[in-house]
Amino acid sequence: MSAAHDDPTIAQTLARPYPHGFVTDIDSETLPPGLDESTIREISQRKREPEFLLKRRLAALEHWMTMPHPDWAKLRIDPIDFQALSYYSVPKSLADGPKDLSEVDPKLLETYEKLNIPLHERARLAGVAVDAVFDSVSVGTTFREQLAAAGVIFCSFSHAVENHPELIERYLGTVVPLGDNFYAALNSAVFSDGSFVYIPEGVRCPMELSSYFRINARNTGQFERTLIIAEPGSEVSYLEGCTAPQRDENQLHAAVVELIAHDDAFIKYSTVQNWYPGDEEGRGGIYNFVTKRGLCAGARSRISWTQVETGSAITWKYPSVVLRGDDSNGEFHSIAVTHHRQQADTGTKMIHLGKRTTSRIVSKGISAGHSQQNYRGLVRIAPTAQGAHNNTQCDSLLIGGECGAATYPYIDTARTDALVEHEATTTRISEDRLFYCQQRGMDPEEATGLIVGGFCQAVLEELPMEFALEARALLSVSLEGAVG
Amino acid sequence: MTKQGDKLLEIRNLAVQAGDQRVLESVSIDIDAGEVVAIMGANGSGKSTLGFALAGHPRYEVVGGEASLAGVDLLAMEPQDRARAGLFLSFQSPPDLPGVRNNLFMRTSLNAVLEARNEEPVDAFDFLERAKGIAGSIDLPAAFLNRPVNEGFSGGERKRNELLQLAMLAPKLAVLDEVDSGMDVDGLRAIVETINRMRAQGTAFLLISHSLAMVEAVNPDRVAELDGGRIARTGSLDLAREIARTGFSRARESVEG
Repeated sequence: MSAAHDDPTIAQTLARPYPHGFVTDIDSETLPPGLDESTIREISQRKREPEFLLKRRLAALEHWMTMPHPDWAKLRIDPIDFQALSYYSVPKSLADGPKDLSEVDPKLLETYEKLNIPLHERARLAGVAVDAVFDSVSVGTTFREQLAAAGVIFCSFSHAVENHPELIERYLGTVVPLGDNFYAALNSAVFSDGSFVYIPEGVRCPMELSSYFRINARNTGQFERTLIIAEPGSEVSYLEGCTAPQRDENQLHAAVVELIAHDDAFIKYSTVQNWYPGDEEGRGGIYNFVTKRGLCAGARSRISWTQVETGSAITWKYPSVVLRGDDSNGEFHSIAVTHHRQQADTGTKMIHLGKRTTSRIVSKGISAGHSQQNYRGLVRIAPTAQGAHNNTQCDSLLIGGECGAATYPYIDTARTDALVEHEATTTRISEDRLFYCQQRGMDPEEATGLIVGGFCQAVLEELPMEFALEARALLSVSLEGAVG
Repeated sequence: MTKQGDKLLEIRNLAVQAGDQRVLESVSIDIDAGEVVAIMGANGSGKSTLGFALAGHPRYEVVGGEASLAGVDLLAMEPQDRARAGLFLSFQSPPDLPGVRNNLFMRTSLNAVLEARNEEPVDAFDFLERAKGIAGSIDLPAAFLNRPVNEGFSGGERKRNELLQLAMLAPKLAVLDEVDSGMDVDGLRAIVETINRMRAQGTAFLLISHSLAMVEAVNPDRVAELDGGRIARTGSLDLAREIARTGFSRARESVEG
């Protein structure tokens, strides 16, 4: 780097402002830090986006610049210098990664072992360039054939912009408008890539879709944008993330996920998140500020959010469902674990608009170490929401004496015929239960894992099978050192 | 498995405190493999404390004395290691474990103990077969295996659940704390059958009870009375009958003035 700065030609070039035609004589992989209109134009141009998308980005940027940083959550966040971040980088080539497992950090491999990650997955997760031959005989190919036969579109967001721009134009921003909140506005201006799913009418997607198998799955970047559309009578189950710990040099992750379910459609969105939480003092961890929202647009439509969140230094997310269609249903099942110095302000919003809409919230929060975890939930019953019903179960488990858990349930109802049920518990792992397990031969960590698993059972049952097995292991690993 | 007649449990001058209170002053007793010793005593005499102290419950502090199991210093071990070394405690009030299925709990427990014995772990299917067999013999419906541990179980059902675990784990020494409380006639029979079957195979039992009917049904090799924090009297089954007639030592003393 210092050599580059010394070279007078390069120094001169770097000193120029960014015009439309970016400097092409330096083949830069990453845009230098800074965010203004020209950055947006540059991003849009590099991605070869249509005009409507550039316009949206610019509108979002303009809006974002007028918005103050939100401070109502009980979170300690060091001020972020948005001008010091870089907003675009070309996906890294796998050729730069480890050549084989022997070059991978042994601690990382140890974690894969503990999480029971299948052997053939470890190389891929660690960034080892897998053999093209290996890949082509993998699930990937049969997968794509099956989806094509069913008419399901599952591709990267960028790919969708190029090949299905009309769908993007119709639906993008209809669930999370570009001015919705500070980070959604930022995302709408600078989003890099993400997933796009379209399920045609009457089709039950033949398999679970995993962001894992998506092309370029590794290069989602920090401002991910995902859009899932389920036409009438269709069904899809989508898996985001994985139990393996994910590190990233970008500290801020502000994703936006929009789901749209038409008449009689069902979207199940499951997340397992294990972003780097920072060291024991909380330094260097990832900030996970995400806006996830589902719209039950059609009658009898259903959207279900299921998540296991164990990572990130700071988690700030409220996957929500807007229940516009009559007889529509929204569900939120969540396990959140915080340890060491992690912070989480998380929950959900269920907005009842249509008639006879139902929602169910099951939130299991586990706090350990010096962490702080808050559940923040909103159940809103609009004047039009005749015969609405919500059931909320919000449980906290505290391990040790230094952590904290708080609950902020908001119930906002404009109708007298709404049934809103809220139940909350706060518990510790009792000494007697722990001793009982030990007397049966289990060491305290194993016992804690079992008891925590029991605490989370209701949510674990909602996860797609392969996630459920990994999630159990992930819970144990996340709570290492919490007891004893 | 230890052979009949091998010295298994040796306790010398054990003194135990619960908080500020000295519950056991000095307890000494030896038990051989395959032996059944009944420990009787008035309420508050420290019977449960003895069981908890041997098992390593954090609320009970050993402030004097020794205890060894098959020659190994019991008191130096963590509770889970004592269990793996072959010590089993059937709780007087077994706690529940919300959301933790019985079969998962027991299988985890069994595999921990098997590992300590250098034996192969059991997979979910094999475990279920074994467990169903035993559950049947002690009159516990197989459905209980799928329920969360002790959640919603009556007192008697919890005791049957303890019995199930006892039979599965096949320990060297089993301390049964009031295992008969809440049990019906069939349950009592199941307890006696289990104890007899296991003692013939070398398991030693410390049967904590204040019920003559229970003690008679089991027919222990010895009866010991715990009083004043010590073993006050020892004898055969006749001692149990005498206690039933005339009361525990303390009660007798206070009556006699």
